[in-house]
Amino acid sequence: MSVHPAPAPLQETSEQRAGVVFCSRSVVSFRPDMVRFAMLQVRNHELAEDLVQESIEAALRKSESFEGQSTLKTWVFTILRNRIIDHLRKADRFVNFSSLTEEGEELEDQLQVLFNEHGRWRPGARPVAWPSPEEALSSQQFWLVFEACLTVLPDRTARVFTMREFLGFDVEEISAQLGLKPNNCHVILHRARLRLRACMSEGWAPTQGTS
Amino acid sequence: MISCQKTTALCSLELERALGIGERIALGSHLMMCKHCSNFRDQLRQLRQAAETYAEGNAVLSKDPRGTGAAE
Repeated sequence: MSVHPAPAPLQETSEQRAGVVFCSRSVVSFRPDMVRFAMLQVRNHELAEDLVQESIEAALRKSESFEGQSTLKTWVFTILRNRIIDHLRKADRFVNFSSLTEEGEELEDQLQVLFNEHGRWRPGARPVAWPSPEEALSSQQFWLVFEACLTVLPDRTARVFTMREFLGFDVEEISAQLGLKPNNCHVILHRARLRLRACMSEGWAPTQGTS
Repeated sequence: MISCQKTTALCSLELERALGIGERIALGSHLMMCKHCSNFRDQLRQLRQAAETYAEGNAVLSKDPRGTGAAE
């Protein structure tokens, strides 16, 4: 047991039973990670900061409802995700989505880099096995590359991908929220995954050989 | 046999909905023959798991493990 030694200015009463202590200093220390997480989705620094600030304040306000079932950080991130979901549901869908950068004809270019005219993988693009998931998820390098690769996704692609994978919207709801056809949404998700996987392979996974 | 490009689309689609019987057969028979696409499919699943972990605040982003603010 390595309980955070910092004395919590807030009460540390019953929460201690579960072995996870509410600590307002820890909550505030999550801010940089929270801002990056929000930025990957809303793509606007001011908005991301606001959402994070509201989430931190909400977490500090309702500290007594933290029951130590999860880590404190997971609990705070749940609050943040809900803020982002509320924001995306409230925002005017067309302004919200159409204000994001369009990526134009890039998809065709991207596919041509990955696949030849018969739809086969080009030699340099062939997926090589990665290390085990356990190894990956405990590697700081994996996460740095993961963030970097998400950051370079085009805005609209990132919006659809993160709504799906971070916030748990399904394709029907994403389509309705953003004014897309479901089929279009599937295409965007496919595109996002092709890009993200290729980017991860370059930045993180071992690239020996092409087999 | 469907192409690798089409296979990657099915690998993405199966994360969103159950594939039809024809789609499953096409995907399965391609994957049996193609290691690259099998790797691709595994990696999409790994990315989904990574995204979930990240969204729960459990990514290892800091050298300071105290950043979790929680006991192990």
